[in-house]
Amino acid sequence: METRGGRRSTEGEGAPERGGAWARWRGRAWARWRGLLSRGQLAVGRSASVAGALAVLSAAWVFYQVFDAGLGESGNVPNFIIITLNALSLAGLFFLAASGLTLIFGLMRVVNMAHGSLYLLGGYIAWSLTSSLGVNWWVAVIVATLAAGVFGLAMEELFLRWNLGQDLRQALITIALSVILADQMLNVFGGTAQQVSPPDLLAGPVGLGIYDLSYPAFRLFVVGVALAVGIALWFWIQRTRFGMVVRAGIDDGAMTSALGVNVRAVFAVAFFVGSCLAGLGGAFGGTVLSLAPGQDQVFLVSSIVVVIIGGMGSLAGAAIGALLLAFVEQYSAVYLPSGFGPYSMVVTFVLVAAVLALKPTGLFGRPA
Amino acid sequence: MLEIRELHAFYGGAHVLHGLTCSIGNGATAVVGRNGMGKTTLCKALMGIAPPRAHGSARFAGHELIGRAPYEICRQGIGYVPQGRRLFRSLTTDEHLRMIDQRLVQRGRWTIDAVYQLFPALAQRRHISGVRLSGGEQQMLAIGRALLTNPSLLIMDEPSEGLAPTVVETLVETCRTLVAEGVSLLLVEQNLAVATALADRILIVLGGEIVHETSAETLMADQSAQRRYLGVEPVGSAGASSPSAAAAPRAI
Repeated sequence: METRGGRRSTEGEGAPERGGAWARWRGRAWARWRGLLSRGQLAVGRSASVAGALAVLSAAWVFYQVFDAGLGESGNVPNFIIITLNALSLAGLFFLAASGLTLIFGLMRVVNMAHGSLYLLGGYIAWSLTSSLGVNWWVAVIVATLAAGVFGLAMEELFLRWNLGQDLRQALITIALSVILADQMLNVFGGTAQQVSPPDLLAGPVGLGIYDLSYPAFRLFVVGVALAVGIALWFWIQRTRFGMVVRAGIDDGAMTSALGVNVRAVFAVAFFVGSCLAGLGGAFGGTVLSLAPGQDQVFLVSSIVVVIIGGMGSLAGAAIGALLLAFVEQYSAVYLPSGFGPYSMVVTFVLVAAVLALKPTGLFGRPA
Repeated sequence: MLEIRELHAFYGGAHVLHGLTCSIGNGATAVVGRNGMGKTTLCKALMGIAPPRAHGSARFAGHELIGRAPYEICRQGIGYVPQGRRLFRSLTTDEHLRMIDQRLVQRGRWTIDAVYQLFPALAQRRHISGVRLSGGEQQMLAIGRALLTNPSLLIMDEPSEGLAPTVVETLVETCRTLVAEGVSLLLVEQNLAVATALADRILIVLGGEIVHETSAETLMADQSAQRRYLGVEPVGSAGASSPSAAAAPRAI
């Protein structure tokens, strides 16, 4: 393979000897491209170009829509800023929910199909604490986070740890749990949509300082919290001894155990933390959006999409995936040509397909 | 120190160890045998790593090992240097050492500093990903992290595999130092030269059983036994100028 590419490049360089640097460069580039074709990398090359072209075209289209009517008050720029902030806060929510999923998957290879249920459970706990019992919002969020964590831990200890390494069983068990939980939550919390009222401190809007725009303070707070959680998780995984053990356990569980580490216990802690993140996401999601039956599946699917885009088990991937998904979802809902608005959901799956065509393991993933 | 009685091990339906029985004392003991005779399976069964599925008995300082999890066996005082090193690809050299539980590090003389003192080459490369070290350095790291758990018995599975002859020589020296420091070795080797250089007591495994126990000197002298049990061209014969000869026993 190498020799073939090499021969082509000498052919290419031989002809334009007198043509100067440009022709030589062109010859070499052409030879490299031919080498790419002959090495069977055409498929990757073509999907990369298609994905790149799609991205550039959509960006150009959004750009045109935004700046077409100028920068003035009557233009589309103020609206664009709001939509961008919406996308950012949605990305924050996606990240909170998906980081837990990717942590659990990365460690235990468990695709927790009940992750969305833990999200909704956390949200409902925060809602009932604040609305019925009048508990302070901050306390309610902490309780909801821990409760989801404890619930997830119990789920792991009771059902999953006996099936370590059996993907299909674990998926079926967690699907069954999500169905049971959905019905129980419908029974307890009812079928009407509920919203957690934000804390007084963050209830109002804040001025943005441009175009006289203001934006809900709480949504900006979500972005901050998602950032803080991301940094804390990164620090935990990359800089602490526990994180080293976690990474070692991901790489080679049996060897980690042979070095005196109780890998099961480490996994249980990671499952607890992942479930806590789902509950935290639910409490925030219930404040920003709303809580209703079905939201569990919505957030399960978006978390899975985020994790697939970013690469299973990668924290940075979850962050990038959350941003990509949220921006594509928000922009396509607004900027698709009129009449195509309802198809914005399709665009998210175009995103997934494009990423998978480029890199089947996700942007930051590595082969399992 | 380690009493193995009637140890059986299976991979699915394949019966690999057939009631292996032996005892391993202080100092260095080598288990040699051809490929596929159950040497690595023996190590894994002793460490509690599944697969294989093991039953039988292995008592270490009075405690039964079979049926225990690897981390419990490690905490009993058995260190494991696996075949192929099995370093963690997401950890740096330093992190390989820092991840070991402090309770294990503090129970004996092996600390991170002591390991770096034993392997100065590792100290210079402490921030490099473990899998980007050279073969010899990887082996040092695999030994170093096992030492940090302060084992009284170190199980080493094919430590010389894939290493250059001069590196093997260093390895043999290191292992001698360890034995002199009071760490017992259970060395599983295909490289007869390394096995005999390190251990006086040699156990020969064939078909999942210990079939012969001998001393290094007797085995070196008995070329027909070498051929029969190990299927190798005898070490020390005229034709042996193979890499293993570089670490030639007793010549060092």
